[in-house]
Amino acid sequence: MYQYDAYDKAIVEQRAAQFRDQVARRLSGEISEDEFKPLRLQNGLYMQLHAYMLRVSIPYGLLASKQLRKLAEIAEKYDRGYGHFSTRQNIQYNWPRLHDVPTILDELASVEMHAIQSSGNCIRNTTSDHFAGVSRDELEDPRVYCELIRQWSTFHPEFAFLPRKFKIAVTGAPTADRAAVRVHDIGVRIIPDPEQSGATACQILVGGGLGRTPRIAEVCREALPREHLLSYLEAILRVYNRHGRRDNKYKARIKILVGALGIEEFRRQVDEEWEKIRDGVMRLTDEEFERVAVFFSSPDYERFTGKDGGPRTLADDDLRLAAWRLGPDRALGRWVASNVTPHRVPGYAIVTVSLKPKGKPPGDATSEQMELIADLADEFGFGRIVVTHDQNLVLPDVVLERLPEVHAKLSGLDLAEANVGKVTDIIACPGLDYCNLANARSIPVATRITEHMEDLDYLHDLGEISLNISGCINACGHHHVGNIGILGIDKQGEEFYQLMLGGSSSDDASLGKILGPAFPSSEIIDAVDTVLRTYIDERESADERFLDYVRRAGFGPFKARLYSNTDKAAR
Amino acid sequence: MSDSILRLPSADAPCVLAILDGRPAIVLDEWRSVADDEALPSPDEAPAVIVGPRRYAEARAAGLRVGLRVPGDAEPEGLLGDAHPELVAIEVPKFTDGRHYSLARLLREREGFTGELRAFGDVLPDQLFYMRRCGYTSFELKAGKSLATGLRTLQAFTVTYQGAVDEPRPLYRRRAF
Repeated sequence: MYQYDAYDKAIVEQRAAQFRDQVARRLSGEISEDEFKPLRLQNGLYMQLHAYMLRVSIPYGLLASKQLRKLAEIAEKYDRGYGHFSTRQNIQYNWPRLHDVPTILDELASVEMHAIQSSGNCIRNTTSDHFAGVSRDELEDPRVYCELIRQWSTFHPEFAFLPRKFKIAVTGAPTADRAAVRVHDIGVRIIPDPEQSGATACQILVGGGLGRTPRIAEVCREALPREHLLSYLEAILRVYNRHGRRDNKYKARIKILVGALGIEEFRRQVDEEWEKIRDGVMRLTDEEFERVAVFFSSPDYERFTGKDGGPRTLADDDLRLAAWRLGPDRALGRWVASNVTPHRVPGYAIVTVSLKPKGKPPGDATSEQMELIADLADEFGFGRIVVTHDQNLVLPDVVLERLPEVHAKLSGLDLAEANVGKVTDIIACPGLDYCNLANARSIPVATRITEHMEDLDYLHDLGEISLNISGCINACGHHHVGNIGILGIDKQGEEFYQLMLGGSSSDDASLGKILGPAFPSSEIIDAVDTVLRTYIDERESADERFLDYVRRAGFGPFKARLYSNTDKAAR
Repeated sequence: MSDSILRLPSADAPCVLAILDGRPAIVLDEWRSVADDEALPSPDEAPAVIVGPRRYAEARAAGLRVGLRVPGDAEPEGLLGDAHPELVAIEVPKFTDGRHYSLARLLREREGFTGELRAFGDVLPDQLFYMRRCGYTSFELKAGKSLATGLRTLQAFTVTYQGAVDEPRPLYRRRAF
């Protein structure tokens, strides 16, 4: 993985020193709170309902075991013994004290980490596919591109005060988008170059996003040679910085500008700007690309022997996984079925560690859990961990034959919930428990759903379903792109929840639509249950995914069961 | 301007931060800003004035050294026209409005402006490093802000990743290893 050199090291150390100076001036009164706010936000320090929240950047979600141990130590020393992994593949601490933050930044710098641009109206942490480098469906490793974008965007002097926050995501798997690139301000898809066989190019999407005005991104450039990636991004950002709306924060994201201009006119403006810079010094050199790519080259995978004494094959792996899935150990079998993904290298497997156990806030991990996961990464993989945008952790390189041991160890700390990709693998924002923007709580709804889904065979029978919960229309829980989306609203001081169906953040991205009148907190779990039972009863077969059923059957069957009771419908 | 730093400023003399020979310094402000509805001073009173576009020709004709004042959201394309001001002063309406960074860069990189580029208005120490990178060479801090702090924050970082006006090459075209 990427290793800091003297330049990177100097930048994070000087950033920590700069913030220490800023905090001292804030505490002495030299800086007002209004002036301090953007400074602390660009250092990931956010004011929540009860306290400051510190969001630490995890570039494209990738962690070394020593970094995860440091995150565990920070949670223990400066917070309440846990951290919360976010949908931007970052980690958030909910209870740090302001005067500790410069010291926390120093601690982070000691393991090549920081909180730079993890909040504020700037270019945020670039996110990516959590299976980057190890999945079978990948065309090219997106992390090389992400790291180049990280360096370009870090302290970019022209784009530190954009109209609004700006999020970029990159995927290198053109048929399996796990990075939700179509709901980002800019999405980069690495695709086969249409002009040159065997080569790749970048498809640039622009103007996607969730929030109050959800929008699916449109193609801005069909196939951009990689050497032009940074100049093209610079051109988009410059058009946005100059012309994005600044009069209304809810209309300030680039999606509003793209929508107002139309994609053709937006593209014309970007191209006009790009023509002036594309062949200048920003052009990426092959040397630079190779220099960065080396950091993401494969670890030293062992060559295993297969059944017949020859080299082990992917087919051997698939057979072994199938045997576990159907085997007598149901706990292990279910876990392999949902939490283990085939690896591109024979003899290895990708393990997703669920941070969604029954009754716990989605995405939270205690210091003890983080330490265990770091140990497992060292013992069974190559010391790497990846944070997923749906708030789980991935061990990308587990020796396949040792999966039962990994499962046993994870089970010991409530980390082996066999629910990845299932309806209880919930994305939820912090909601009214923490956030001063929220209208309703999100976490208790998530925990009640996980507690309600007691029957694991039923959970697995339901198959692949995403369920996302936001506590307000700002949509941090990505409710528009959940197959099932739940939005908390406030009705005369009471928490109500709207139910949406049909969203997806993947290659078939779509926005969910509201099903009908909202449900009070006391009825929302039953409503979700009814939706699931409707699907189970009405689907063509177990091969028809929930999302496909919703798209085929529409809302009729769900509405008929949910709102059949007339006094419910009248509400 | 170089002799002005040798003079010891009195306590109430107006000072600005400036980049002199590539180094940040506190200097006496030799420019006087003249509002659109204010009479122009005589060259003896104030030899160097900053005026809005409408007063530019008049100030030139009066034999003054002239700086041009523009808003932070001005379009850089053709902004200077045939005028060749010694200084352009960009107004930062609110420090969170980042349009002036693009304006400054484009004046330098595309409109070919080589004179003094000054920021005034809501100019705070903690944005100076970025401003300098975008081509500003002098900074009139918001009233009450510390010049000493500004001198320090101008030098917050010794390393930069991306190219800008101060160093057009991105790090990958100048790295030593």
